[in-house]
Amino acid sequence: MTGGYEILSVEKLTKKYEKEVLHVEKLSFEKGKIYGLIGPSGAGKSTFLRLINFLESPTTGRIFFRGKEVFGNGRLDLSTQRGMTMVFQKPVLFKTSVSENVAYGLKARGFPKEEIREKVELLLKKVGLEAFAGRHAGSLSGGEAQRIALARAVAFDPGVLLLDEPTANLDPNNIEMFEDLILNLNKEKEMTVIMVTHNIFQAKRIAHEVLFFYEGYLVEKGPASQIFSSPEDPRTRAFVEGRMVY
Amino acid sequence: MPRLIEGIIEAFTLIITLDPNLMKIIMLSLQVSGAAVALSMLCGVPLGAFLGLKPAVRTRFVSKILYTLMGLPPVVAGLIIYLLISRAGPLGVFGLLYTPTAMIIAQFTLAMPIIAGLTMVGIRSRGKEIQETARTLGASRLLTAWTVIRESRFAIFGAIVTGFGRVIAEVGAVMIVGGNIDGHTRVMTTAIVLETSKGHYELAIGLGVALLVISFVINSLLYYLQGGVGSYDRRL
Repeated sequence: MTGGYEILSVEKLTKKYEKEVLHVEKLSFEKGKIYGLIGPSGAGKSTFLRLINFLESPTTGRIFFRGKEVFGNGRLDLSTQRGMTMVFQKPVLFKTSVSENVAYGLKARGFPKEEIREKVELLLKKVGLEAFAGRHAGSLSGGEAQRIALARAVAFDPGVLLLDEPTANLDPNNIEMFEDLILNLNKEKEMTVIMVTHNIFQAKRIAHEVLFFYEGYLVEKGPASQIFSSPEDPRTRAFVEGRMVY
Repeated sequence: MPRLIEGIIEAFTLIITLDPNLMKIIMLSLQVSGAAVALSMLCGVPLGAFLGLKPAVRTRFVSKILYTLMGLPPVVAGLIIYLLISRAGPLGVFGLLYTPTAMIIAQFTLAMPIIAGLTMVGIRSRGKEIQETARTLGASRLLTAWTVIRESRFAIFGAIVTGFGRVIAEVGAVMIVGGNIDGHTRVMTTAIVLETSKGHYELAIGLGVALLVISFVINSLLYYLQGGVGSYDRRL
């Protein structure tokens, strides 16, 4: 991990449905780092992820991506949208072959056919599913499907990879495989990874920085070692020590 | 019973010998119902997709209207269209009454809500997650819409099959706005009613059998297309 320039930041970001579910004053993410977002259910972690992936519009606040304000002119332009991608807790694969799934984002961006074929082959090898290229995506197990969802998401080298509890439904073997893939991608491509996880041990294993959310607010942010050994806020301490009921 | 058997034998004779009267009626039925379903697809699929992707709470009123129209009695649809296009009606100047165009409009009124409504239901089940996945993978608005429709193709094919079944078999609306004019607006269902009232059961049964066979062939074709897309995917 090298760390680098600020790739994504938010200011006074709020989201209100019937009541306010998220309120983040100021927060920034550096290129090449892995961030773990932890906190009890309903803390606003997934809402935050959806806002910064532009799947929902914030009620108020500003989002900056690569130095440019998103929604600055009231609209989201495609090139900004294409700068980041998300893998959901439940992998949503299209009803087509495994290779067609992995190729989706590349085709959307108009990559040449030969390059798509090469990239898909390489990615399937990376996720250990090269023998599954021609198989129908519907025939995959949960772990295999999540690995394909990851391969599909990183095929076009997004600047930021967002993960919303991607290993929540996986067995320990698949979790380990998935975490290795994330670490390798981060190392090789200097990809910024922002991952929501309920598993504090997972955050401890792979995150460089950890952010603790509670009741819609960002309570604490710091290096993983510090958050887990000497958190400043008593709520963070209660959470990482497993004393917070959630 | 013998009358029914005789009727069926006569029916098959008419079909096998390609009886010109029967063929004319069949062709007009296919043209009218085919055009009505094609137009209903063009309007109903995008409308259903649009509504299916909106939060259910925001489309409650439109959904209720659509569901009501799905059960619109054909005679009521026929009556409304009749009042609109009859000489004294607001669209009377176009001279559409008792023409195949009027029959297409009437059948469109019946098929479109069904295709839109069933498409909406089909897309609502998985459309949102497909839409979000496509968007997060960098798809343009057009590609996202196409992906949602493509992924919901089984539900959409089902909607089209149901819409076709509704119009090819209906009699009330086409009778009112078409007038059942021989060689001009007579379709299979209206011909069956007429021949039965005249006591010509052979031709009536012949038309009934032809209607069933045509429905079977067209539904088989749609079923093949629906399954064929799946097989194609599996080969990729």
